[in-house]
Amino acid sequence: MGSRLFAMLLTIMSTAVCAGELAVSLEIPRLDVAEYHRPYTALWVEDKDKKVINLAVWYDVDMKEDKGEDWLKDMRQWWRRSGRELDMPIDGVSGATRAPGTHTITFTEGAEPLGKLIAGEYTLILEAAREVGGRELLKIPFQWPPEKPETLKAEGKNELGAFQLTLNP
Amino acid sequence: MNKIAQLVSVFALGLTVSMMAHGHRAWIKPSATVLSGEDAWVTFDAAVSNDIFHVNHVPLDYQRLTAIGPDGKSVELHNAATGKYRSTFDVNLSQGGTYKVFYASSGLNARWETEDGERRFWPPRGVAPTPEGFEKEVPKKAQNLQISQSSHRIETFVTAGSPSDTVLKPTKVGLEMVPVTHPNDLFAGETAEFIFLMDGKPAVGAKVTAIPGGMRYRNEQAGIEVVTDKKGKASITWPDAGMYWLNAEYSDDKGKKPAKQRRGAYVATLEVLPE
Repeated sequence: MGSRLFAMLLTIMSTAVCAGELAVSLEIPRLDVAEYHRPYTALWVEDKDKKVINLAVWYDVDMKEDKGEDWLKDMRQWWRRSGRELDMPIDGVSGATRAPGTHTITFTEGAEPLGKLIAGEYTLILEAAREVGGRELLKIPFQWPPEKPETLKAEGKNELGAFQLTLNP
Repeated sequence: MNKIAQLVSVFALGLTVSMMAHGHRAWIKPSATVLSGEDAWVTFDAAVSNDIFHVNHVPLDYQRLTAIGPDGKSVELHNAATGKYRSTFDVNLSQGGTYKVFYASSGLNARWETEDGERRFWPPRGVAPTPEGFEKEVPKKAQNLQISQSSHRIETFVTAGSPSDTVLKPTKVGLEMVPVTHPNDLFAGETAEFIFLMDGKPAVGAKVTAIPGGMRYRNEQAGIEVVTDKKGKASITWPDAGMYWLNAEYSDDKGKKPAKQRRGAYVATLEVLPE
């Protein structure tokens, strides 16, 4: 009896451990410019019908009277795909702008903000727009679920550096 | 349009120059068309100029313009002023959705000859055509009397947050554009579709021209020219991002009595963003 319960627990636990995930690593490059502001950054997944799942939106959340929202439109693609329909901030998605460096974030399939991903083709999109600077957009197409752990990469030129997606089944 | 008709219809605008003649173009240009945030403002320039969006001729008086919000109600033009070459004003986008700023006029105009063969036209310079004025000033019978119905519309659109459609509904008077593609959702490399209506019915065969701004920095007009199809539809594929001056002209002989001819002129300033 006890051993059967233990076996059941083990099954549940292994299922939990095996929940698929998207491990994202993105680099905000250090730039040698006279006036530097951390970029507004958006990270999202689109399915083949361009339906959006927002994963992260980093902007000036602390400005008085929500003035930081005035520049959300500069992330043009994100603004068009979903931003303009949203009421910011979004719990678990929006946050303050990040300093230059490499940031890693892991999203678990079945949990917020990623949610359940049905099998199919997707694109992970990263967009950055910097005050008195430029804008850049990177895309990593991927297939879900992956058969085995897999790492996919893209590389930014100006406003973004290394962008990497590791898929864990 | 022949020259006199052109001049006559333009007098309705209260301007001393023709909108289209001699390459003069009227426009209302917003500082931005796609906005985020809770309390966005847009500043506008309104002028008649030779080169698209370069102010070099006369202002388009802001007192003749109207701004309407996403709820269809008119909104205030703040900080309005008229300068030597342009008028300027600000609009506060306090609600989410699409706003429209426009000039619209329509009415009858006439030309005829007196018994001595002298040419006359109505309405005179700077006078808006009213039915009462027409009744009083235009003879019922005259040598070469030609009466036509004409409309002018100059407009632009700006959106805070998510685009909306209330301001895009046609009034069914004159030449109007009913966007299939939202006018604040235009991107380089994509094709936009617009339907043109004359008095609420498809304007078939209307000539539509879209000219990108920045004319001072190139040698050619670089206009994209299309003609509306059976449904009054025009499709334009934007080659590049930028501000565009879109002009449509239409005429036929289906004017309401006593008019014979019917003419419409339409202008919109549209912003195309890079993908």
